[in-house]
Amino acid sequence: MMLYTAVVEPFVEYGFMRRALVASMALGLGSGPVGVLLMLRRMSLVGDAMSHAVLPGAAIGFLVAGGLSLLAMGIGGLVAGLSVALLAGLVSRTTKLKEDASFASFYLTSLALGVLIVSLHGSNLDLLHILFGTILAVNAQAVYLVAGIASFSLLVLALVYRPLVAECFDPGFLRAVGGMGSFYHIIFLLLVVLNLVAGFQALGTLMAVGLMMLPAAIAQLWARTLPGMFAVAAGCASLSGLIGLLASYHLSTASGPSIILTASLIYALSLIFSPSGALWHFVKRSHLTG
Amino acid sequence: MSIAPIQFDNVTLAYDRHPAVHHLSGAFEPGSLTAITGPNGAGKSTLLKALMGELSPVEGQISRSGLSVRELGYLPQAAEIDRQFPITVADAVILGAWRQIGPFGGVKRDIAKRAQHALAAVGLEGFERRAVGALSAGQFQRVLFARLLLQDARVIVLDEPFTAIDARTTRDLLEIVVRWQDEGRTVIAVLHDFDQVRAYFPNTLLLARELIGWGPTAHTLTETNLVRARAMAESWDESAHICTRPEAVQ
Repeated sequence: MMLYTAVVEPFVEYGFMRRALVASMALGLGSGPVGVLLMLRRMSLVGDAMSHAVLPGAAIGFLVAGGLSLLAMGIGGLVAGLSVALLAGLVSRTTKLKEDASFASFYLTSLALGVLIVSLHGSNLDLLHILFGTILAVNAQAVYLVAGIASFSLLVLALVYRPLVAECFDPGFLRAVGGMGSFYHIIFLLLVVLNLVAGFQALGTLMAVGLMMLPAAIAQLWARTLPGMFAVAAGCASLSGLIGLLASYHLSTASGPSIILTASLIYALSLIFSPSGALWHFVKRSHLTG
Repeated sequence: MSIAPIQFDNVTLAYDRHPAVHHLSGAFEPGSLTAITGPNGAGKSTLLKALMGELSPVEGQISRSGLSVRELGYLPQAAEIDRQFPITVADAVILGAWRQIGPFGGVKRDIAKRAQHALAAVGLEGFERRAVGALSAGQFQRVLFARLLLQDARVIVLDEPFTAIDARTTRDLLEIVVRWQDEGRTVIAVLHDFDQVRAYFPNTLLLARELIGWGPTAHTLTETNLVRARAMAESWDESAHICTRPEAVQ
């Protein structure tokens, strides 16, 4: 009965909790695998930069809709994120700048522009909503958007799995067989931006990347194969959503940070207990014969 | 397998207009086994990049036996590959069947079987499900050779295939290279070890930012040629004038 009250009742009683749960679990299913590939491509910080790049678009959506319309801000964020991704890619391919350097320049500009737009026309509270998210305020429309993005991400990942793997593993080989690596790179960046827009609905622009990168780091500690990493990342991200929301409900803490801190806690435990974790440095295990 | 040679016609390859390979002409004959060798910075990898279509000549022409770049089998330098990527040996080898399976196609039983045979041919039977990150440098190079076996290309291009590889693995892989030539394939390999070149490669292209010699190995790797190659200026000249050699386009 205690368990029912603690775990099930909040979702039975409150529609906003149910919507938040569906949104965070869908977010985890899409963002987890995308985060794994982002990390394996050594683009973790690019993900962070991209999440900031979403801000000016979200701010313009906020202005056009005349308030906190998640759909308008989502579409604005998508356009802004994609523009920054494509511009940064273009700059790195046509100048001496590496992709991370051009991303850094564009995302700082975007962040400043976004905060400027919101602060000119909104209140500090609006700015806080955009920066830190409002998962408990997601409406049905936003849940559809997040679930749609998660489904789309998984479908596209399944479709472009082989070229993405080949491009990460051996880009020279893919170029030689005419595998159009740049095209799949752009498709992948599209998935990153889409998932950041979905994450931004729930966690705000500053923490949207959290449900992407923390589960990806956890997955690398537990799994050896790529499909295994996808499964661990998606599972951990969804579990963080569930536990984070319950913690937020019972402890009256902010929901977004509770979700991210749950993922952080799983990460910390993984650092200790995973097969390559710290614990095994202190436990002597017999070696094998061959 | 009767095909035209791979022809370099007055090819100049440059970075920032400074030539890395200057006015190179010659041909890789069909079915030939050629080592490209020379000091560091001689333009060997640049030449391969041009052959693989990654770098366009600033002057001259390359014709690839009527083949498109994607029909060439290519082994990149080990440094260009992410060996820690979580891919299994079998999946890495199956990429060699890209022309058949493409980006989206399923892996049919005959391709899986050919991959298995390729792994057996390089001495890695039973390694199919291992992650490539768990392999030694030599075993990893065997995986890349298995991928080339699956590619079944008429022209095979190898960029420093035996760097940091132990003697036994090198010998095993060299045997595969020699077998490729016996099968009538054209093999081009960038190498550093002159003894290896003399022992296994009938033809040599000696490069030192320009052609020093191209032909039978015994006639190319002479002391005179090697002295000339060693005298090569390693870095480009910041105050260089526009090239006025007769064959250069003004």
